[in-house]
Amino acid sequence: MDGDDRPLADRTPGVEHGEARADFLSYTVGFGLAILLTIASFVVAQTNLLWGPGIPVGLIVLAFAQIGVHLVFFLHMGTGPDHTNNVLALAFGMLIVFLVITGSCWIMANLNANMTMPTSHTIQR
Amino acid sequence: MLGRLTWDAIPFNEPIAMAAGGGAGLAVLIVLAIITKNGWWPYLWKEWLTSVDHKRIGIMYTLLALIMLLRGFTDAIMMRSQQAIAIGGAEGYLPPDHYNQIFSAHGAIMIFFVAMPFVVGLMNFVVPLQLGVRDVAFPVLNSVSFWLTASGSLLINLSLVIGNFARTGWLVYPPLSELAYSPDVGVDYYLWSLQISGVGTLLAGINMVSTILKLRAPGMIYFRMPVFCWTALASNMLIIAAFPILTATLAMLLFDRYLGMHFFTNDAGGSAMMYVNLIWAWGHPEVYILVLPVFGVFSEVIATFSGKALFGYRSMVLATLAICVLSFMVWLHHFFTMGASADVNAFFGIMSMVIAVPTGVKVFNWLFTLFHGRVRFKPPLLWSIGFMVTFVIGGMTGVLLAVPPVDFVLHNSVFLVAHFHNVIIGGVVFGLMAGYNYWFPKAFGFTLHEGWGKASFWCWFIGFYLAFMPLYALGLMGMTRRLQHISDPDWRPLLLVAELGAIVIFCGILCQIVQLYVSIRTREHRRDLTGDPWNGRTLEWATSSPPPSYNFAVMPQVDEIDAFWEMKRKGAVAARSGYETPGYETFEMPRNSPIGFITAFFAVMIGFAGIWHIWWMAILGFLAAVVSAAVFGWSEHREFEISAAEIERMEQARLAGGGAA
Amino acid sequence: MTDTIFPAAARTELVPGRGGGGPASTRTVVAYGFWIFLLSDIIMFSGLFAAYAVLSGNTADGPTGRELFNLRSAFIETAFLLVSSYTCGLGALSAEQQRRDRFYLFAALTFILGAAFLFIELTEFAGMVHEGAGPSRSAFLSSFFTLVGMHGAHVTSGLLWLVYMVAQVAVKGLRPHVLRRLLCFSLFWHALDIVWVGVFTMVYLMGIR
Repeated sequence: MDGDDRPLADRTPGVEHGEARADFLSYTVGFGLAILLTIASFVVAQTNLLWGPGIPVGLIVLAFAQIGVHLVFFLHMGTGPDHTNNVLALAFGMLIVFLVITGSCWIMANLNANMTMPTSHTIQR
Repeated sequence: MLGRLTWDAIPFNEPIAMAAGGGAGLAVLIVLAIITKNGWWPYLWKEWLTSVDHKRIGIMYTLLALIMLLRGFTDAIMMRSQQAIAIGGAEGYLPPDHYNQIFSAHGAIMIFFVAMPFVVGLMNFVVPLQLGVRDVAFPVLNSVSFWLTASGSLLINLSLVIGNFARTGWLVYPPLSELAYSPDVGVDYYLWSLQISGVGTLLAGINMVSTILKLRAPGMIYFRMPVFCWTALASNMLIIAAFPILTATLAMLLFDRYLGMHFFTNDAGGSAMMYVNLIWAWGHPEVYILVLPVFGVFSEVIATFSGKALFGYRSMVLATLAICVLSFMVWLHHFFTMGASADVNAFFGIMSMVIAVPTGVKVFNWLFTLFHGRVRFKPPLLWSIGFMVTFVIGGMTGVLLAVPPVDFVLHNSVFLVAHFHNVIIGGVVFGLMAGYNYWFPKAFGFTLHEGWGKASFWCWFIGFYLAFMPLYALGLMGMTRRLQHISDPDWRPLLLVAELGAIVIFCGILCQIVQLYVSIRTREHRRDLTGDPWNGRTLEWATSSPPPSYNFAVMPQVDEIDAFWEMKRKGAVAARSGYETPGYETFEMPRNSPIGFITAFFAVMIGFAGIWHIWWMAILGFLAAVVSAAVFGWSEHREFEISAAEIERMEQARLAGGGAA
Repeated sequence: MTDTIFPAAARTELVPGRGGGGPASTRTVVAYGFWIFLLSDIIMFSGLFAAYAVLSGNTADGPTGRELFNLRSAFIETAFLLVSSYTCGLGALSAEQQRRDRFYLFAALTFILGAAFLFIELTEFAGMVHEGAGPSRSAFLSSFFTLVGMHGAHVTSGLLWLVYMVAQVAVKGLRPHVLRRLLCFSLFWHALDIVWVGVFTMVYLMGIR
């Protein structure tokens, strides 16, 4: 079962023939992009670069971008046939994450709005 | 020294618990004594307890499930009896405190330690054989998964004799399950038991998905896989997606109870509703985890016993995947009444109805498979037909409950109880019984006695309707669930019918026990010598019964759906061998390993110590588990080679000896 | 007959691990299994994220994120973890190229940076507890400590695993099964950085508003 003594070019889960080659360039470019995106996030959060109400959206976009950079440059996610299982698994996982987080937020916001007592004199313990 | 564990933990003052616990303990001791007396420990250790063979692990899962079924059913009949007796002025025989533990234990055990292990066991046994491969992707991990499930089961059984169980219902809703209202060990037993077995289940899910996606016989592209493998894939994908949510949610409750946090408490900003939301985000996919493989069983059984290919293979696959995705979009229907507004309720209500559509597609495909087939009414097919009738009724009451205004009337009534038992018994249990009867000869080399099998089916079928149809009526009449005492004497006749139903189901279980006993006693008359007792269609029937440890001496080349049927059609099957053997090659098989059993031992230690606050024991157990993992991780030579010559020798002996490995 | 919905399947190369090619190699299977394990772990985190999102406003008249979070130290932590992800990648490269010495160097750097991350995080936690803003103060703080703490627990396990892997490399060499495990470790370490992107965005950056 384990005939893998050949030099290994495939660093990606599931890639049999080294399609997306990991190399120094890939890691370094990814690292650089990630640094830029991180700095951008911190700047956006603390300054008025973006219009106030748009800051959360901006932060989310930057976060997704950085996660994408990690996936492509560090985890070598690609689009070839060897990657299909990995990408599908990722897509399914992301769907679930989305449903759990946004579903919970939507539901709980709705419940809290309906279930909060109308007076402000709730007894605190 | 022993945390909060004292002699008071043993329920000396509760005769029923003492009798039950004592009886179970005695049974365990007797079994252990018999094994010791006969000197079977070396065999058991070498061949079963440390086995990494998916077939053995599948059998152990199933055995665990059947044993726990006895406990879960005992709980059920105790509840039915209490409700049949304690009407009006009568008190019954179960005090409320005890009754509450029983309904909580009944639900937890049936879902987590009967249905889940049984389903996982079937998938474990069958999937690698159907895929034409020799084992799952991670055999040692498979053993660990089983033993973690067994650990959880042991802990929950211990709660009967040492301490008590939760009194909160099977999902331990806060705030009742928080320290303020459940300060004793009951909820902790639940939490530790489920966290441990939950890890086992998650690992099993990863194992099975990896196996189905990455390990198939040559030529078996996705659309040539048996439908059971597709449903196993969907179910295990759901396990991977849903069980982490359970882990996170139970962890948060554990943190509330152990570390004074406030996720779900009444004070300091906690939100009990968040628990309900998260637990059902797991809970709804969970029921599809249980039912999807069972749909696969029916697909296999109906096709085989109709002598026809399954109708609409593609639409079956698409329906399965649709159910898989949709099952994550309906969970709020479990708490319509918790206060969401109409738009939220409407969305989830509509989604709950939509999910019935792919299920309907499946039912029609099964019907069309039977249509114009040469139908043989063997027990597995009886279970399948019983399922189709029963599950459709249960599904319809589900669609009814999916209408939020209706649910406002029926939520937490026994109508709901009838609905979910309708689909779980009519769906999951009937399917498991069909699968059990269907694949038993493959596992053990002889078929089960047919007469007792049919008797057990009819008892279960009739018993189910007697036990649960009255509950639909009672729910509409206003009876809520989990009642220890019934105030309205008008409900008595229906409750008596329900009690009768439980007794008839009990007869069904007895028939199954007798079936097993008689089958073993007379097994020589029903030996499966060809490996193919039912004229099957898929690759597991290409092996002998039971298969050799390596399943296939040569991995089959697959060119069509229903690969084995094609092989038979082309005359490629010799009388006993199953297929042409072009030439044997050396291959490796995984060695057995004690790491699964060892992991379980320390898991029980950690769980028990956590429950009783014996901190030194918990830390010790944790460290020991880490060290064991490290030691195991260092080991080499986890596989052994079987040479081509050896395989040839074993195959010749097998074919000459007639089937049994 | 076949496959009009998925025509590619009929043309599938007979490559192990793809479609009709038979079982995949051990390295592929292990890596894929570990990848879906990581996805399950991320889903577990999403449960904690959901709890944080819902409960972060429930401060029970206690300290809020704006009062407690120090973005400077959050930035330093983030930088440490990101650089450690980079060194981890370079370490993986070195291992694949059978360059043991460079592997040890990058493994050490990864460890130090990861440990530095943990040190800052633990210091922050200790400070908060000292101020009376511990996990039992409010639902917001419970969800904060659990989410961030669970990530920290993963980092801790990762560091222990790294030490164990270095020991394996030292004793057994960069053999195929050791390389498979290093691959799993790199996947794990990169995934932790991905989760951290979510954490610092949602908890710290949004928390100060």
